[in-house]
Amino acid sequence: MAYVPDPVAKRETPTGGGMGRVLTSRAVLAPLIAMVLFVAFWEFLVWANGWPDYVMASPSDLPPAYAEYWGLFIKMGWQTLWRTVVGLVLAVIVGLLLGMVMGFSRLMRDALYPLLVGFNAIPKATVVPIVALMFVGAHDFNTILIAFMISFFPIAVSVSIGLSTLEPEYRDILRALGASQATIFWKIALPKTLPEFFGAMKVAVTLAFIGTNLMEIVSPHGRGLGALFDSGKTNSDYPLMFAVLIALAILGIVLYYVVVALEKIFAGWADRQGG
Amino acid sequence: MYPMINIEGVRHAYKTPSGPLPVLDGLELSVEEGGFVAVVGPSGCGKSTLTRLVAGLMKPDHGRVMLHGEVVSGPRSTVGMAFQNPVLLEWRTILENIMLPLEIVPTKMSKSEQKDRANYLLDLVGLTGFGDKRPSELSGGMRQRASLCRSLVHKPEVLILDEPFGALDAFTREDLWQTMHKVKAEEPFTGVLITHDLRESIFLADQVVVLSQRPAMTQYVLDVPSDGPRTLDDLYTAEASDRLNILRHQIEVAQGRAPADA
Repeated sequence: MAYVPDPVAKRETPTGGGMGRVLTSRAVLAPLIAMVLFVAFWEFLVWANGWPDYVMASPSDLPPAYAEYWGLFIKMGWQTLWRTVVGLVLAVIVGLLLGMVMGFSRLMRDALYPLLVGFNAIPKATVVPIVALMFVGAHDFNTILIAFMISFFPIAVSVSIGLSTLEPEYRDILRALGASQATIFWKIALPKTLPEFFGAMKVAVTLAFIGTNLMEIVSPHGRGLGALFDSGKTNSDYPLMFAVLIALAILGIVLYYVVVALEKIFAGWADRQGG
Repeated sequence: MYPMINIEGVRHAYKTPSGPLPVLDGLELSVEEGGFVAVVGPSGCGKSTLTRLVAGLMKPDHGRVMLHGEVVSGPRSTVGMAFQNPVLLEWRTILENIMLPLEIVPTKMSKSEQKDRANYLLDLVGLTGFGDKRPSELSGGMRQRASLCRSLVHKPEVLILDEPFGALDAFTREDLWQTMHKVKAEEPFTGVLITHDLRESIFLADQVVVLSQRPAMTQYVLDVPSDGPRTLDDLYTAEASDRLNILRHQIEVAQGRAPADA
């Protein structure tokens, strides 16, 4: 048995792999038009119903509100942002660790899963006053804690599922060569879990944001956009309240797309169609 | 001289909630250095267990698995493996995938030598120029070729192929059979091929081992002597037809559909 002329890959054609998406004008214009239409509809609705601004502020009420409190928006917005991000970073660290423990050990998964589900099922709005009382005055700490508590769950679950569903062959190709568990984790398990991880991050980033604002609204003498919202409420400044909502939406969009950008960098390979 | 692979009286049972499930019971297998053995048998008869034993991924309850006369007690870097699922890492290029074992196995090769070796193997299997592609850009047959390169990159003494061509269409499969002959000529190894395809077994291997139904024992051994290069035409000779009939009969015996010793 020896060399036989080989017709090789002639009949096999590569599957299409159109990598890389060009940022078209459509990708920018389409959402922009959608937003403009939404704002126009909102304005029309308020105008058509003749609602006063204490029932529903209209978009045209917002620029004066922003102009008046611009300094506060920047300051409070920054507070909300950094506390959300710190809470999220904590959630990533703890979520990854928990996910790894549950992903690799069946026993730990069986033991911890019901506990985690129960923990996650508790409405965080009920936890907020408890935390606020437990650590009175530690406002930054409280806010970060809630942001963390509300957002680590999806990360832990997705990482554990990603790791526990790793096909045995993936382990075997390295194990058969004598690779350690740590090597298998870094070279195969972790990168293979990244798409699931970033999927969970997209959920977690929004949740962390909600957690931060819950705490900011509830705790007395709070800081951040939540507190600004609360002061708008106390002063019956409805345009301010709506302005805060829009500011929150914008911050949320920014955070979300930061995660999307990170996903493109670290798990871009999972995006096969490129569209 | 010891045979390269020697399996003696191996018995093994998996632990299940409903008691032990015996999969191997009296497995004997011996492969000389440079030999190529195909293992066939009914579905679920423990063929994959056999590959895991040889790879050192598990130990048998009884009996011995030896490589080079040494009892296999764990994984060793002189073994290469390829599965039906090519298990390429999608975040790596084909070249990086092929070089993966060199990141685990101690090697004297420099980075550029590793690259040269990977590229040489790509040429050998007919994937010239595909090194920078991602696995998702390749067809099933091409991925299997790349997987073959990865299993060979660290120059293993023993190559274990667990139904590597099982999921491919008939034409691609025949192409890969020919590629296997070419690879074997250029990169000598001792091979164990698990397969369901009898034609594949007699085309590639110089010995075909038929396993019985679970718990499996070595039921029949067919030598396929070879004088010179094989071509696909060799599969359509009277001799090949006789061999296929013998094997088919043995499989039927293993399945209990035909009486033994006909």
